[in-house]
Amino acid sequence: MSAVAIAASPQSGGASRFERNAATRDAPWVKALVIGVGLTFFLIFLLLPLIAVFLEAFRKGVDTYFASLVEPDALSAIRLTLLAAAIAVPLNLVFGISAAWAIAKFNFPGKQFLITLIDLPFSVSPVVAGLIYVLVFGLQGWFGEWLHVHDIKIVFAVPAIVLATVFVTFPFIARELIPLMQAQGRDEEEAAISLGASGLQTFWRVTIPNVKWALLYGVILTNARAMGEFGAVSVVSGHIRGETNTMPLHVEILYNEYQFAAAFAVASLLALLALVTLALKTYVEWRVAHPSTSETV
Amino acid sequence: MSIEVRNINKRFGNFTALDDVSLTFPDGELVALLGPSGCGKTTLLRVIAGLERADSGQILLDGEDSTDRDVRQRKVGFVFQHYALFKHMTVYENIAFGLRVRPRSTRPSEAEIRKKVARLLELIQLGWVADRFPTQLSGGQRQRIALARALAVEPRVLLLDEPFGALDAKVRKELRRWLRQLHDELHVSSIFVTHDQEEALEVSDKVILINKGRVEQLGTPWQIYNEPATAFAYGFIGNVNEFRGRVDGGYVHVGDDRISLGHSNFANGQDVVAFVRPHETEINPDVHNGEGITAKVHRIQGKGPVTRIELVANGEARKGKNEFFEVELPGSELATLGITAGQHVKLTSKRISVFDHQNGTGKP
Repeated sequence: MSAVAIAASPQSGGASRFERNAATRDAPWVKALVIGVGLTFFLIFLLLPLIAVFLEAFRKGVDTYFASLVEPDALSAIRLTLLAAAIAVPLNLVFGISAAWAIAKFNFPGKQFLITLIDLPFSVSPVVAGLIYVLVFGLQGWFGEWLHVHDIKIVFAVPAIVLATVFVTFPFIARELIPLMQAQGRDEEEAAISLGASGLQTFWRVTIPNVKWALLYGVILTNARAMGEFGAVSVVSGHIRGETNTMPLHVEILYNEYQFAAAFAVASLLALLALVTLALKTYVEWRVAHPSTSETV
Repeated sequence: MSIEVRNINKRFGNFTALDDVSLTFPDGELVALLGPSGCGKTTLLRVIAGLERADSGQILLDGEDSTDRDVRQRKVGFVFQHYALFKHMTVYENIAFGLRVRPRSTRPSEAEIRKKVARLLELIQLGWVADRFPTQLSGGQRQRIALARALAVEPRVLLLDEPFGALDAKVRKELRRWLRQLHDELHVSSIFVTHDQEEALEVSDKVILINKGRVEQLGTPWQIYNEPATAFAYGFIGNVNEFRGRVDGGYVHVGDDRISLGHSNFANGQDVVAFVRPHETEINPDVHNGEGITAKVHRIQGKGPVTRIELVANGEARKGKNEFFEVELPGSELATLGITAGQHVKLTSKRISVFDHQNGTGKP
């Protein structure tokens, strides 16, 4: 309802003005073709698989569906996934803010290098990311001997899964914050300290409120990736059922064992998480675009 | 509060922003730091505020050495060109900010804060915007809020960095009159940075003219305008006609022309630059006159009581920085002279200022 009203209002920008103007309007068949191609693609490649996941999940009935979710191995996978996300998100919150702060507010040697480094987890294949940890902490790796002697398990155990998750999700928050903080400059922080605020007060009262929506957006993306990560986690996990399987890994195992209904049931849970994430993300994006609407009340 | 800076130097890479600047700012006065962009005036203001650290030199606030003092300890109010209001806070919270961040022991009570903010809002005549957010206000209103916010902490000195730079011409004029009034009420020592000579001359008690990181002149607006101390000061303030030539026998020779120098202490043969204000330039229609700089009338603009005449310089005289000379005459005088566009004339003056061609000072 409100979406229609927005689209029709003259302030809503380019699209509707372009449409109403005969001089800039495209031929009807062009419009039909472009929209047709877009919609077809969306239906076949995005909507259909999503529906298929839920259909397959419920194929053997609701009872089987819930049974495959509360089964101990599945529960353990869900717990591990939530644990990895619960550790990765706060860690990357701290890393992301510090990195963005350092890059946006200070000049120092090696700044360009740091900016490039932040993107590394995006550019490197997740498999490589996983292998790095095996190489460093595995039995044949650099610290393997020492870790074995002291009976510390990292690879093929929970710590490596958390490490791999932290690694692949590292860029999200920093990437969201850096351009925003750079655009905002230092004026408001300088104003705050000239008014007598301490560094900590300036951070909590000025810096964070200014970036809070971008920060939340970054957290949502980080969380989504942390729960869905497959490649890097798969390499370091060792696939020990009930111990080192996350939800995506559990789905794969069930699928390989021809337990399709169970596989799709767990997959549907992941899909549900993704949908919730999307809804949150849309809301935050809308808040970023309309920053004043809530505050003008 | 009295402010003194001694031998301040500041470099950014290869760029010298402040070059051995020493100044004493008079107590309780409104002082303008005037200069072209990139001359170091903003840097000087930020060094005084403590937002920037000088490479060397001393800053004395009320006689005590504050060079190593933090901006928080200096008790200065700083107003930014682009307001720097806290976007996520209401106007009320913006002004209250400096009071709320105080340590618990010195923090005023909520009732005291409310009273103080209300008084400041009244002072800036914006009592009705307390609950609004900065984005809902006009530029002029935002800058007044920024000023109130700076005043809330009862600063010993108010520092304003191009406070009207982001505003349109009309609001700017209103606001600078208002700033002058406010200063006359509060008498807090204030320094403001501007590149607008009109603004500096109109608002301030004293003007400090800065160029390339050095102080060119310090004086009252009257002195700055009427008694420019250097070639730069002459060229920067107001319109001016410039002649470059050589002194010989009481004249400045520019190519084949010469213009009377009056009495001066420049020796014969010295290269100089001479300045004449447009309203002190005279036109002589007789080109065969032995004295005066030859020029051709390009355009005559009559608007109201003053007639502006643009002339194209001839030959050697073109070496001055402006291609055109300007003469301002009372409207009535134009008819008496009877000149028209395209005609050749000679320019003379009874009030000519001559500076050394090299160092730009009035001394040989």
